[in-house]
Amino acid sequence: MAVETGDAAFVVFDQVQKSYDGETLVVKDLNLAIGKGEFLTMLGPSGSGKTTCLMMLAGFETATHGEILLDGRPINNIPPHRRGIGMVFQSYALFPHMTVGENLSFPLEVRGLERTLRETKVKRALEMVQMGAFAGRRPAQLSGGQQQRIALARALVFEPDLVLMDEPLGALDKQLREHMQYEIKHLHENLGITVVYVTHDQSEALTMSDRVAVFNDGVIQQLASPQDLYERPENSFVAQFIGENNKLPAKILSRVGNDVTVELPDGSTGRANAVSCGGVGSATLLSIRPERIVVDPMDDTNATDATVRELIYLGDHIRCRLSVHGSEDFIVKVPNSSRKHLLTVGQRTRVGWAAEDARALGTQ
Amino acid sequence: MAEISSSAAGPAPGRLTTADGIPLKTALAAAEARARRRALLLVLPLLLFILVTFVAPIGQMLHRSVYNPSFPQNMPATVAWIRDAPVGTAPDEAAFEALAADLRAADENKTAGVVGTRVNYEYPGSRSMFTKAARAADKITPPFRAAFEDLDSDWTDPELWQAMRATASAYTANFYLAALDRTRDVAGHVVQVEEDRQVYVKLFVRTLALSLLITVLTFFLAYPIAHLLATLPLRHSNLLMIFVLLPFWTSLLVRTTAWIVLLQSQGVVNNTLVASGLVADEARIQMIYNQTGTVVAMTHILLPFMVLPLYSVMRPINPSYVRAARSLGATSWTAFRRIYFPQTIPGIGAGALLVFILAVGYYITPALVGGSDGQLISNLIAFHMTKSLNWSMAAALAAILLAGVLVLYWLYDRLIGIDNLKLG
Repeated sequence: MAVETGDAAFVVFDQVQKSYDGETLVVKDLNLAIGKGEFLTMLGPSGSGKTTCLMMLAGFETATHGEILLDGRPINNIPPHRRGIGMVFQSYALFPHMTVGENLSFPLEVRGLERTLRETKVKRALEMVQMGAFAGRRPAQLSGGQQQRIALARALVFEPDLVLMDEPLGALDKQLREHMQYEIKHLHENLGITVVYVTHDQSEALTMSDRVAVFNDGVIQQLASPQDLYERPENSFVAQFIGENNKLPAKILSRVGNDVTVELPDGSTGRANAVSCGGVGSATLLSIRPERIVVDPMDDTNATDATVRELIYLGDHIRCRLSVHGSEDFIVKVPNSSRKHLLTVGQRTRVGWAAEDARALGTQ
Repeated sequence: MAEISSSAAGPAPGRLTTADGIPLKTALAAAEARARRRALLLVLPLLLFILVTFVAPIGQMLHRSVYNPSFPQNMPATVAWIRDAPVGTAPDEAAFEALAADLRAADENKTAGVVGTRVNYEYPGSRSMFTKAARAADKITPPFRAAFEDLDSDWTDPELWQAMRATASAYTANFYLAALDRTRDVAGHVVQVEEDRQVYVKLFVRTLALSLLITVLTFFLAYPIAHLLATLPLRHSNLLMIFVLLPFWTSLLVRTTAWIVLLQSQGVVNNTLVASGLVADEARIQMIYNQTGTVVAMTHILLPFMVLPLYSVMRPINPSYVRAARSLGATSWTAFRRIYFPQTIPGIGAGALLVFILAVGYYITPALVGGSDGQLISNLIAFHMTKSLNWSMAAALAAILLAGVLVLYWLYDRLIGIDNLKLG
């Protein structure tokens, strides 16, 4: 099925397939429309085909089948240097034999800009990433975070409409990574560029993106806003990949609209919210977020006995591993509030959750 | 108060001390001295080995290029006369008397040959004059000048006496002059030797030119191979690497002989050309026993020395550099010229220096396939070492070659920087 190429679509993948060896497909029938000015993240485990998609868009890989459109033009036969797409690489790829200034000036030189204009643009780009004083340095003299900023400035200095980023923050430490996430997000907002971002870090994807495309096995599993992705995962892979998630196998007993009654392995019944499960009698997987589970619930819906197996103190919350409905890996996040429940290992307690927080997904 | 008094008792500001009050620099030197001594002990055997087998012989050879005592040792009276007479003085009766006395002594000590050989370097044909005169020394009676003239009219030749003057001092620069096709005339001025005896400068120039040509050829052949090696998947590149290194593991003699088999006038290449009708049977191409043979065989033999340094700099170059350049708007040619090529320069420098220095001193291959016009300077050095036994001349030629290589090395350091050298 072809994508509806609306007016807003700036980048379009139309039935794109990619194979390296002619035997297996790395990207299977990809259909994706990215709007102008959008921040879209391709998220997935390694080998899921997300980087291949980015490389096809940049022009370093050719699509085996299908068409990629940029601003309405098919770009399959346009070489990378004529696509006018900025790109930030995982390794930054700053030219080691040039200074920072020369690195930034390079894309302007090959475009034949005159010297004074080049200097102004380089200066402006460096100031944009707060690196104005570093034009004379070599990349090797900069820290990882500084190199990252320069790589960003170089991808933006020739004012492309589309910027691709291939796990650009992968090599930074956690604190710097979080800081750079906000900076990239702000740059995107201020410049109004379209960004296609590839990462395997789900928190990065949730922080920065307008929409996230979750890749697995060469297929987009779900394409949604960060909030939808977290709150309403459409299948068990997405539920598992985005955030933490408790899984309980169950059987559907009855269904009214989206309300289903399920039977759990130990014979008890509960209520859940149908998302992608089958009809009455079919097996399903209940997905419940750890932070949505209440210890000592007020009402009796989905309330069940539990035994505390392990407690991990994490500062802002306490992570409890419980034995619930025969599952030994049932995780509950208890907020570290003043009225905290003083659980102890081995203690028997009760836990419960709201029917809409238990999402009945198909088994696959 | 306690703080103030302690800082007042301490040393002057800027001179740091340890907790015991020993200056920090002294303490550091003492702490590191042990490690340094142990490191020195580890390298000592190699240092001694190099001193004994490398530095000492080279020093001795270099000394020999300016030092040859055979004449002054055996002809003391003649040397004394030469020292007293100013340059250009015609030999008088006293000179011939001294010569006769020296030759008598030389005949007894059987050193006339040594002396004759030494003078012969400067004045060809004089060795037999000395041996003949020494044998007849007993019969030489006054007037000495006439007696010598009877033996050989060349004894009164002023050039012979200039030659003896040149050999009279043990330390001489004449071997260097000769190595540059220069000599001293009767008046002692440095002049060029006759045209038919000018061989060395021509050979130096040819050696440098051929080495340069071979370096350029290996560069153009090796660059694509090294790039292929560096970018192919490991499985294929290993196989290719074996093909590159195969010549390395084969005997030099075998490789050179293989080229003879291929290139000689009845060889594989010529036979194929004749059989295919491209070349007439009577017009077979002469590809060996000349400069072509030397260049072809040496290019092949020295190729790995260019491939390996290039490969070692190309392998770690991340392909994302070129990709980044392309995404920034550079054509593939610009990306190569501005981004890839500059990063391979240390390898090019190392490879070129290695190939050039090896080529300049190459001996076996030109000796086997060079014929007469494919000989290099090292062949002449070997000739003087083993055939003419003029070791001083061989040493002078080798010293000039060494100086040339050192100048190139210095130039390389100035232009590219020796710390940029990457050999593997």
